[in-house]
Amino acid sequence: MSFILSHFNYIAVAVLMMAGLFIVFSSGNLIKRMIGLAIFQTATGLFYISLGKVSGGTAPIVVEPNSPEARELASRLDPAYLAQHGVDGVVYSNPLPNVLILTAIVVGVATLAVGLAIAVRVREAFGSVEADEIEVLSRVESTQPGPRA
Amino acid sequence: MIALPPTFDANLAIDIALLVMLVVLAGAIVRTRSLLAAIILFSIYSLISAVWFVIMDAPDVAFTEAVVGAGISTIVLLGAILLTRGETERPDWRRLIAPALVCITVGGILIYAATGLPALGDASSPANAYIGRAYLEAAPKDIGLPNTVTAVLASYRGFDTFGETAVIFAAGVGVALMLGFGPRASLAPPPVVTGDHHVVLRVAAKLLIPLIALFALYVQFHGDLGAGGGFQAGVIMAAAIILHALVFGLRETVSAVPPRVARSVASLGVLVYAGVGVACMINGGAFLDYDYLFPPEVEKQIPGWLLGDSEHAHHWGQHFGIMLIELGVLLTVAATMVTIFYGFAGRTIDDARREAKP
Repeated sequence: MSFILSHFNYIAVAVLMMAGLFIVFSSGNLIKRMIGLAIFQTATGLFYISLGKVSGGTAPIVVEPNSPEARELASRLDPAYLAQHGVDGVVYSNPLPNVLILTAIVVGVATLAVGLAIAVRVREAFGSVEADEIEVLSRVESTQPGPRA
Repeated sequence: MIALPPTFDANLAIDIALLVMLVVLAGAIVRTRSLLAAIILFSIYSLISAVWFVIMDAPDVAFTEAVVGAGISTIVLLGAILLTRGETERPDWRRLIAPALVCITVGGILIYAATGLPALGDASSPANAYIGRAYLEAAPKDIGLPNTVTAVLASYRGFDTFGETAVIFAAGVGVALMLGFGPRASLAPPPVVTGDHHVVLRVAAKLLIPLIALFALYVQFHGDLGAGGGFQAGVIMAAAIILHALVFGLRETVSAVPPRVARSVASLGVLVYAGVGVACMINGGAFLDYDYLFPPEVEKQIPGWLLGDSEHAHHWGQHFGIMLIELGVLLTVAATMVTIFYGFAGRTIDDARREAKP
């Protein structure tokens, strides 16, 4: 039980990742596949941020040492824990995963847009965004001149 | 070594509740056949994960996820289904067996691998005890900014962020090339509307748009001190312009922010970022080493009171460098998001038919 509580985030991340992967594999619809990819990507973000969390920590925005805020944050924690893991008397969560995931989210929406743009062009060329129909249509088009040939 | 036992506190309870919601939403997205439903569910999914990021002490990420996931990606996805089709085919159940087996197997392996990972919130895990702590200790002395996330993003990992800005710019160029450089058929005069049904929407939008733009600037300049920065501000700025287009029509927005201007600003942002890097090189430093942003003789002229910290005069270069590259990020992100929106919104089925004609 203790394992499930302390590792619940990783289990949830694995389930979400597989949900995204399942959509990518099983759905023939190109737009649905992009949504699956986006879910997969969010799960990666959840994983990184889970790793960077520190118990009793606060957001990695440095508090002025010995200010009332710093003392208030310190008063909530065990002094021995604070002495070992604190920076200037305050425990912070890890800033590095935040940096990586912050930019990854914005890059993610930009690449999502590129994928959707490709899907829109595919729809215009073949009249469908279903992978199976596109396959059939492209086979037909290769044997006889299509409208765009 | 103190290993804090995973006590069941309120934070963990909220964490688990939100993750369960995310799993349920992901399951609903897998099941639904309506693409519109899938997009709306994905929007909710993003918003809940933004709340979850706040619980996990990542307000900067939460900010970004809320604006990007629940805002821009929903609009882009809606634009895409408008140009394609709203329903997916019913899949043959026999074709789902293989993907399901693969996903269950890989998921099982991942969960098994999770047993080797540090417990949630472990302060002595390698990632948290060394590099994360090193940044937290060094950043106030090296950079002089309270927000360590901005310090790492813009200064320590400035080159990485430069690459990411360039990727966003490239994605904008890609969408513009594939979907056309701006509105075409939809620029035709709108049909005459008798009786305005959207008067409340228009008035509210007119009040909100300047406030959203102002908020974007606040997020931009407050990013050094608290949660925020160029990425978030850029997306919020783009959201203001997109809201204008949604309420007042693309025609009006294009006359205010022409696609040509959006594209130029997107490239200008990357240029500003690279220019700061090159300026540092000219003054004898490495690419994006802001300590060399000002030549030493200029830096000596800067009065200490301007910074309120005369003994760390080199912070001045860091402050200015970060401010400038965040400006570059703001310009590129905002203009790219607007360009992407123009690409999807400006294209109609008519355009596609006209292009398809020989």
